[in-house]
Amino acid sequence: MIKSEADSERTKLEREISELRAALNRKEQCLRDLSSTVTAAARAQNQSEGNAMKSQGESAHTKLNKDDVARYSRQLILPSFGVQGQLKLKNSSVLIVGLGGLGCPAAQYLAAAGCGNLGLIDYDDVERSNFHRQILHSEARCGMSKAESARIALLELNPNCEIRCHSRLLYSQNAMHILRGYDVVLDCSDNLPTRYLLSDACVMLRKPLVSGSALKMDGQLTVYSYGNGPCYRCIYPVPPPPEAVTNCGDGGVLGAVTGTIGAMQALEAIKVIVGLGDVLAGRLLIFDGSSGTFRNVRIRSKRPNCHVCSAQPIITELIDYEIFCGMHATDKNNPMQMLAADERMSVEEYREKLQAQPHLLIDVRPTAEFEICQLPKSVNVPLVEILDDGYLKRFSNHLEDKALPIVLLCRRGNDSQIAVQHVRNRFPTHFVRDLIGGLHAWASNIDPSFPIY
Amino acid sequence: MMGTPELKIILEFGAGAELLFGNIKRRQLALDGNQKWTIANLLKWMHANILTERPELFLQGDTVRPGILVLINDTDWELLGELDYELQPNDNVLFISTLHGG
Repeated sequence: MIKSEADSERTKLEREISELRAALNRKEQCLRDLSSTVTAAARAQNQSEGNAMKSQGESAHTKLNKDDVARYSRQLILPSFGVQGQLKLKNSSVLIVGLGGLGCPAAQYLAAAGCGNLGLIDYDDVERSNFHRQILHSEARCGMSKAESARIALLELNPNCEIRCHSRLLYSQNAMHILRGYDVVLDCSDNLPTRYLLSDACVMLRKPLVSGSALKMDGQLTVYSYGNGPCYRCIYPVPPPPEAVTNCGDGGVLGAVTGTIGAMQALEAIKVIVGLGDVLAGRLLIFDGSSGTFRNVRIRSKRPNCHVCSAQPIITELIDYEIFCGMHATDKNNPMQMLAADERMSVEEYREKLQAQPHLLIDVRPTAEFEICQLPKSVNVPLVEILDDGYLKRFSNHLEDKALPIVLLCRRGNDSQIAVQHVRNRFPTHFVRDLIGGLHAWASNIDPSFPIY
Repeated sequence: MMGTPELKIILEFGAGAELLFGNIKRRQLALDGNQKWTIANLLKWMHANILTERPELFLQGDTVRPGILVLINDTDWELLGELDYELQPNDNVLFISTLHGG
């Protein structure tokens, strides 16, 4: 059994190494906190209030040093950018909200280009499902705050960039305070309440908002609250119904698609700061990755009766955006409770009482997801096929047998409840249940080796 | 002799809106040229003829639901009269869902 001994030794070592890494990360964090406290205190002495982040007035950079010239030479020789552009960038401060698929490339290009001050906001921690698109994070920093993880990567790229982390959820009570210290804000968030919050706050503080979004193979980009351009509310005065909103965790997204939009957010931010080219305000860039096409469409200018950005605004301070949108300001899924407890079963109960008995186990996830992983003996009937009764014919023999239990499952136990309601209406005397928590519960309570996504 | 006059337009869908219309991103339509076609009429026609998924994900009352942008020849329909805009030959009408992910 030499192999198994080697395996357990390996596991032990790997665990010890990751614990040491975590301890090292904590120490480095303490050090950064200490130095930023010292810098902030020194700055507070020198400056009047209101410019939390910016080094303005006497401390503004008026010259490039030798290092800057060497590092930025390829953009310095661009006539439209030049030394003045570089100095503006060096004296600028940009806030990036969300260090995910959009925020990582955006932050990367801004830091690399020599943006002097970057603020990073993210409440979330790094996990494995991030890596395919959130390219600043690394295996070694799993579990670390995304803002901190991004800061480490960005400082490696450009140690001259001053980076401040805000590792918390942005909401109405802290938004004005945080945003005030920055010149430009990048909306790299993944949810609707944060998008309305950022737009309203940017209008109130008169800050340009570079807004990017992406899902599946598609991306969209525009700049709000800039010049005579509209704000988010001018375009979307009313939020969409929650059931029409899909996030990347459910719909999926390709990393190269978020990368395309994120890199362009950095470009628009640089244009705003430097005063270069035509900023993408009053226009919306629509990217269709599957056909490789960009469309640049003209959207409306300011709405004369906009509740926030018109001359007579109705909303003059931030509101509760989760209530306004009827959804949460994270892309984490919230368990739904449609069925009564006795219409459902736990994964443990299923394994003990039913798994070995004859039963019909229907997995209602989309086929692409079913192909990733599935329980033994489960059959795939996507929810749409349940709802349009497409499954009736395929399982007519099984369904005739009233004694045969029907168990429905999905990824987290939400869609399976909808399926139970539908199947039970059709077969009121059958035993129909769904698995609470779905495959996620199966992986955490029954089989830790089961892949989750 | 003239045949029945047709009003030819192009209908496009993007960013997920195509999923409500049989997953087809681009269609060429030949509408009955004897009548006047506003966007309002077009929406009714779409509902009756090509909308395949739950209508409430596309329509709300007699207009599109919040979160769907309508662009006529790459210009926001709000600049062109919204529901009252009268379709012209070879117009391109694009329906696009707003994305929120990142």
